[in-house]
Amino acid sequence: MEIKKGIAVSPGVAINQAVVLDAEDYRIPLRHVSPQRIKQEVRRLDQAVTRSRQDLAELRDRARRRLGSETAAIFDFHLALLDDRSLQNKIRKLIRSDSVTAEFAVADVLRGYAKEFLQMPEYLADRVKDVYDIEKRILRHLIGQSREDLARLEEEVVVLAHDLTPSQTANLDRRHVLGLATDAGGRTSHTAIVARALGIPAVVGLNDVTASVNAGDTVIIDGNRGVVIINPDEATIRQHRQYVERIAEFELSLDRLVNLPAITLDGHEVVLLGNIEFPHEAATVIAKGGQGIGLYRTEFLYLGREVEPTEEDHYQAYMQVIHEMQGRPLVIRTLDLGADKYTQERSPVPERNPFLGCRSIRFCFQNLQLFKTQLRAILRASLQGDLAIMFPLITSVMELRQSKMILRDVMEDLEEEGIEVRRDVPVGIMVEVPSAALMCNQLAEEVDFFSIGTNDLIQYTLAVDRANERVAPLFTPAHPAVLRLIKEVIRAGQRHDLGVSLCGEMAGQPEYTLLLIGMGLRTLSVAPPAIPEVKQLVRSMTMEHARRVARTVMAFDNDKQIVSYLRDQSRQVMPEAY
Amino acid sequence: MWQGLNTHEVKVTVTNEHGLHARPVTEFVQLANRFQSKVEVVKGDLTVDGKSVAAMLTLGAGPGTVLRIRARGTDAAQAVKKLVALISSSFAQG
Repeated sequence: MEIKKGIAVSPGVAINQAVVLDAEDYRIPLRHVSPQRIKQEVRRLDQAVTRSRQDLAELRDRARRRLGSETAAIFDFHLALLDDRSLQNKIRKLIRSDSVTAEFAVADVLRGYAKEFLQMPEYLADRVKDVYDIEKRILRHLIGQSREDLARLEEEVVVLAHDLTPSQTANLDRRHVLGLATDAGGRTSHTAIVARALGIPAVVGLNDVTASVNAGDTVIIDGNRGVVIINPDEATIRQHRQYVERIAEFELSLDRLVNLPAITLDGHEVVLLGNIEFPHEAATVIAKGGQGIGLYRTEFLYLGREVEPTEEDHYQAYMQVIHEMQGRPLVIRTLDLGADKYTQERSPVPERNPFLGCRSIRFCFQNLQLFKTQLRAILRASLQGDLAIMFPLITSVMELRQSKMILRDVMEDLEEEGIEVRRDVPVGIMVEVPSAALMCNQLAEEVDFFSIGTNDLIQYTLAVDRANERVAPLFTPAHPAVLRLIKEVIRAGQRHDLGVSLCGEMAGQPEYTLLLIGMGLRTLSVAPPAIPEVKQLVRSMTMEHARRVARTVMAFDNDKQIVSYLRDQSRQVMPEAY
Repeated sequence: MWQGLNTHEVKVTVTNEHGLHARPVTEFVQLANRFQSKVEVVKGDLTVDGKSVAAMLTLGAGPGTVLRIRARGTDAAQAVKKLVALISSSFAQG
């Protein structure tokens, strides 16, 4: 039995056999195979090459249709490199002469070429990227079988990985994947957000858990306490089974709340909305009793794919959500990419400080065509449902004006083309940078609503990278400075009669519900599985109590004191949750 | 060095702007692979397989480089002619 401590990011407990995925950067260990297996390794290599060839031919054809032959030529080059006989022979020879696995031989030979290219003149040094790309593609087919099979598992498992890509999480088979644990990540990492959205227990930031677990080991993932137990003994398993049952009972009791309003004991109504990332989650929001969608993240359309999404791709995704919502409100946040592969690949030089770099609305301003494509699709959908547009990472009035001007341009373009749009579509901003929170009275004059994005607001206020395990404990919504900024924004909203909601992770953490309601918020947007629990809290509290809590908290000077006070007060309201 | 009736060899200068980078090399290798003959490309004392993209790239043949295109086999003459034409046309056909 081995116990690993990480960060609990999605509640629940899973006890199952493990499936282990390899790190994306494929550190391939040198592994020898018995002479009898050499033939099989060569056959695996051939299969992987054949599959890679199919991928590439498909990519090339698609690129040619959508992006022209210039771009398609890149894939022609990849195909030629893949089919290079001398290269393939080298790999085969290495498998036979050194009795190594196909993956080791591929990595060794291709990295050898990469090294050689690096010493060439500049225009060739660039080709190193292509060599790595080919290497990854072949390796993906060699190692990745388990990864691809994630979408069609036959038995219930827990998945352990270095990290998960958006497309991997999107393809997770929910019925069979009962828990997630990753080496990397923090509370607001992509894996965490998706796990919460899907209601799968998850622990991240475990550093080296994938190295300690073998496929088939029994693993307990405790998403409440942030613990992963590898090969637990009988007593531990029994203890956790009981724990799972207790949680299930509690959740069952929460599910009875779906059709009841989120209303305090003394009659104050709170609106609970869901945050979604994928269109299919819209149905979960409704199933969990959400009254609409307060944050639809649209980045998924861009990540995990080779070509930029078309206007039609956007439109179809939005229409799917609108259709699910049947007239309920939906807030679409425009592209919030940054500090990720997508934007970095488009950057002329790697950014030294991506979170302070060309991300989010700034990236959109510099990639106007891409921004306009999304706005066109949103506006085209604007007449079909109760839809609002939200701009992320606004730091100044000027940025807001620029965003709105671009929106108006797109509106006029559409109207000139004879396409009807909703002229008065509500426009709001994420308040997620201290400068915006401090300027909220001025910004309030020019928007229809605010949504407080606490994840970034905390990061920028406290100067903490939430994904950096070494400083992650400093990342807390309970810091008095963060709470003061939130308070300012709520007040500005009240003064200007604007809707204010809060859509950060904080909104879904029950210990903050009393405080946020007491501070004056009447709309919270949370991960869909968290809706019932927050609703239960709202239904168990009085506004008078909430206001008293908010007043008391503002008098504290540190987050530790605030958190322990809030836990204590929440426990009084809803003892069964703790 | 090999000798024989069906061996052909012609000198050619790389003229396109960026030399034999990924795209021209891809075209060259695709063309070379259409012939039965063995194709070799020589730059100074370096000889590489003309049907291998990876090998051809290691030539690092920038603009102005003089190469010798050599083919051996039944269609050697045709192969050299076409390959040399491709390089001298600066890969004009795109």
